[in-house]
Amino acid sequence: MPRLSADARHTVRLAVNGRAHAAEAEPRMLLTDFLRQKLGLTGTHVGCEHGVCGACTVQIDGAPARACLTLAVQADGTAIRTVEGLSEPGRLSVLQEAFRRHHALQCGFCTPGILMSLDWYLRQVPDPDEAALREFLSGHLCRCTGYVPIVAAALDAAKRLRDA
Amino acid sequence: MKPAPFDYLRAETLAEANAALATEGSDAAVIAGGQSLVPLLSMRMARPKLVVDIMRIAGLGDIAVQDDAIRVGAAVRQAALLAWPELGARQPLLAQALPWVGHWQTRARGTVCGSLALADPSAELPLCLLALGGSVVLSSASGRRSVAADDFFTGLMSTARRDDELIEAASFPCRRAGTGYAFGEFARRHGDFAIVACAAVATGKSVRLAVGGVADRPALREFDEPSDDGLDAFAAELEARDDLHATADYRRQLVRRLGRKTIEEARCRV
Repeated sequence: MPRLSADARHTVRLAVNGRAHAAEAEPRMLLTDFLRQKLGLTGTHVGCEHGVCGACTVQIDGAPARACLTLAVQADGTAIRTVEGLSEPGRLSVLQEAFRRHHALQCGFCTPGILMSLDWYLRQVPDPDEAALREFLSGHLCRCTGYVPIVAAALDAAKRLRDA
Repeated sequence: MKPAPFDYLRAETLAEANAALATEGSDAAVIAGGQSLVPLLSMRMARPKLVVDIMRIAGLGDIAVQDDAIRVGAAVRQAALLAWPELGARQPLLAQALPWVGHWQTRARGTVCGSLALADPSAELPLCLLALGGSVVLSSASGRRSVAADDFFTGLMSTARRDDELIEAASFPCRRAGTGYAFGEFARRHGDFAIVACAAVATGKSVRLAVGGVADRPALREFDEPSDDGLDAFAAELEARDDLHATADYRRQLVRRLGRKTIEEARCRV
């Protein structure tokens, strides 16, 4: 691959929520900004922008990761899943529905990242215990809820997904 | 919080990456998982002219057992090593320490060798490499060299890696018979930087204790017969400093308490 120049834009090709996309980015563009500004997918939130808060968490090639700690050019050729891909139009996913039922969000800023992490985790660990869930959620900051309703929503969603 | 402009090169071969580093020297930065470099770029604490991506170089993503050590290639992500089915049997210290490295969401991208290259004084992987007596393989246009952990970590976020070199692999010695391994950490929140982290390797004769989070780099002490006085002396020598998270005195106290507990756990496993 040729060296990509700092002051030019380069085509980045990736799949987002199962759809192929191509858009231009400078080498320094973060994946968060690429998703939001180039693809118009503003569900991925920009919080601390240095990997601490977890608001920008998306799934890259099937694993949850910080979009703000990834350059768009690094993500060339990957498959990304964002919060926009969680539900069918007009119908929330089981996890999203559980968040609503348990009031697991107030301002909602951290929610897309937490949903993308939990969506992955509940597929890996269908019957999680609360301690493991809390450890897993340590990668996310929520300043509204105190986490109690988030944990309750995740446990409820896990049960419903198991029973489904 | 946006990086300053830089060129980007996705190297296809190790030779291509080596050539770029030979030409650019300290103006180049190597990116693998990017979990440390990208925030440094965003905060403009790092302003390289060129970022060399090594993640798609064939062969760097391998985990192999070689000469009684686990050889972890530069592109191996922390989550991949943790998920390696042989890890617990081959080296229990790594299996115990890796869940403490960042969070699931950063381990999915961050690499083992990237953490070694950053050499954060409170990071778990440099601590394990030192406790186990491991080494790193440095590659450059002029060849390869292997550097022992003890010589590799030279100070605060500083290593023996030259500007024209990159870490090609790290080598963690496998578990030995008659040896017990234990890891312990105290942090404000799971996944945060350690206030103090300890790794102990015990045999019937002696115990090696490595301590991170206190001095400017992980520190190692070998005890024939660990005693409270010995731990006190070790803690005092580490030149702990006060910071936002803990006082120096608190850190020394943690070295004594957590150090003793970790040593006891390792000895129980001999």
